[in-house]
Amino acid sequence: MSPDIYLNVAVGGLLTGLIYGLMALGLSVIFGVVRVVNFAHGEMMTIAMYIAVVLCAQFGFDPLLMMLPIAALFFVAGYIMQWTVINPFIGRPEHTQFMLLLAVAIIIVNSVLIVFGPDAQTAQTSYAFDSFAIGPLIVDATKLYAGLAAIVVAAALFAFFRFASLGKAIRACADNRVGALVVGLNVKRLYALSFGLGLACVGAAGAIIVLIVDVTPSLGPAYTLLAFVIVITGGLGSMSGALIGGVLIGVTEAMAGLFFTPSAKSMFAFAILVLVLLFRPQGIMGRRLS
Amino acid sequence: MSSGSGEGWAAVNRRRLLAGAAATTAMLASPAVVRAQGAALKVGVLLPRSGAQAGIGQDCFRGVEIAGPILKANGFPDLQIMSADTETSVDTARARAEKLIADGAQLLVGAFDSGQSSAIAQVAEQKGIPFVINIAAAPPITEQGYKFVFRNFPIAGSILGDAFVNQKEIFAETGVTPKSVVFLHCNDTFGTAMKNGIGAVMPKFNMPYTIKETISYDPTARDLSVEISKAKATGADALLVVSRLNDAILLTRELVKQRWSPMGILSMGPGWYEDQYLKTLGKLGDGPLSFVPWYDPNKKLSKQLETELAKKYPGINLNINHVYTFEALLIAADAYKRAKTADPKALADAIRATNITDNVSAGPGISFDAKGQNEKLKNVAIQNRGGKLVTVAPKGSTNAKPQWPMLAYDKRR
Repeated sequence: MSPDIYLNVAVGGLLTGLIYGLMALGLSVIFGVVRVVNFAHGEMMTIAMYIAVVLCAQFGFDPLLMMLPIAALFFVAGYIMQWTVINPFIGRPEHTQFMLLLAVAIIIVNSVLIVFGPDAQTAQTSYAFDSFAIGPLIVDATKLYAGLAAIVVAAALFAFFRFASLGKAIRACADNRVGALVVGLNVKRLYALSFGLGLACVGAAGAIIVLIVDVTPSLGPAYTLLAFVIVITGGLGSMSGALIGGVLIGVTEAMAGLFFTPSAKSMFAFAILVLVLLFRPQGIMGRRLS
Repeated sequence: MSSGSGEGWAAVNRRRLLAGAAATTAMLASPAVVRAQGAALKVGVLLPRSGAQAGIGQDCFRGVEIAGPILKANGFPDLQIMSADTETSVDTARARAEKLIADGAQLLVGAFDSGQSSAIAQVAEQKGIPFVINIAAAPPITEQGYKFVFRNFPIAGSILGDAFVNQKEIFAETGVTPKSVVFLHCNDTFGTAMKNGIGAVMPKFNMPYTIKETISYDPTARDLSVEISKAKATGADALLVVSRLNDAILLTRELVKQRWSPMGILSMGPGWYEDQYLKTLGKLGDGPLSFVPWYDPNKKLSKQLETELAKKYPGINLNINHVYTFEALLIAADAYKRAKTADPKALADAIRATNITDNVSAGPGISFDAKGQNEKLKNVAIQNRGGKLVTVAPKGSTNAKPQWPMLAYDKRR
């Protein structure tokens, strides 16, 4: 086998991993602050994918350009959802939160099935079949654009949490909820903002992922599971962990497909998850709970 | 005495009660199972209309939708269709089959996929309800000694045998022969059966090419870039594939993106000739050769099917999904007409005695052997050409010459 193939597959896996990471980032942001596990994560992403497909098919809008409007729409939807639906469940037993979001997931899957039907739908862009050749390396143009967009979105989010005063307030709230209340922060509003930010990540990820994956109503649960694998591997609640976990899973799947058999790709991703749970249960970038 | 008399009364009452209960049960149950000719036969149609195989399942259902007027025009009794979605899941297929029977279905039809059809066959046999398989090629389904399961679709070995013969005919006609292929197959029941079949059948046909590498993959995978990278790295002349619809589209996209134009694509299964494949890929969808069970365009019923499909779904090409689903309903209607009853046993006996020569699929017609298998079906080679499908082999059944090797992808854009 030519040595070029290892480079090509590794780069493909890296780009796929970056997109995986962005997809999981929303889950990590929400859990990191609100401490609610979004079991409807993948299903919410399919809504963003369908919006991108409709905008592309009906108006010719490029999904990459639609990333920001869709993220903004999802931010508003997330803010309202947290304020009205999720907030009453904060502090309630975890199984009630689980049932709530599972119900939301089932409603979403069936709603998109009714509206869009079961067929796979795709966003046809002018660069859908393009690739760049750099010596022996052939890079899928769509994956490259999507990977770069994932880096930009993640960088913007990191910058917000590190430098913006609102971001710092959210971090303070995530670190110590009671302390945040004591110093006068509006925790309920910060929770709604965090949920909105998490869903904005989901919206951006959906607009990007639709470039490389056709959307079907049944896609959601598979991505919810994948997001869980990534954030648990990277460290639940850690934003850098989500990106690192995504890249690790993406590259592992690609290399496992190359060295073993492609039909066993997912098996290796889950093997990594098991190893992490055994030897570093808090995840690669997670903090050990006392 | 009185005691005895009393016991006697009690015994008579118990017997009467039991007899009465049995009669009542029979009266209540029988309308659901046995109906006099004249009432529509309740046919439960199970297809994967959502999930990974949704596109093909929906396409199969078009065969159901156009069947009604054609069967009526040809003097067959009415069928009452009870539709169920298997959701591309073996477990769901089993559960839906049980529910359809509980709801009164007198005959089952389906289910496109070998795994799902196997599960339905078990239920049908257990409940004693006839099951006519429209599409499923895994041989074991009709090797179980089932009495209520019938398949009007060729098994993997037959598809492969005809495919190898037709491939050699195309290579000889065009003078271009691949020396090696890489074999990509989905790892579901059908894909695995075909892979095993190739291992067993190919040596008998002295094929001019060798299989450099066999790569299996998950048909529900979202990304097949590694699979194509591996296939490309083998340096094989052509691709031999057994796939489904969504993966066929993904594989083609990756071929284009990874700038690999093999001599051609030789498909031994669905995916590459489906309308959704042709519409999604446009010019890039041209070229693949599919070696499949097909219809005889010269038969009277074929023309009726084409007309009805064009009326209901303009722009959709008639394909095996419509043809074999229609024929499954034709078998059901024909058996009901001859049996004159919806009694499951009588229906199964009537299906076993089927002898339909005025049909749609290629070959002499529809009849079943002792295993419930139609052994007379013929397979052809079709090629995607400008969004249409043309038959290129075997000689005598063709309406176009093969384009082999296929035009490179970079010369089409």
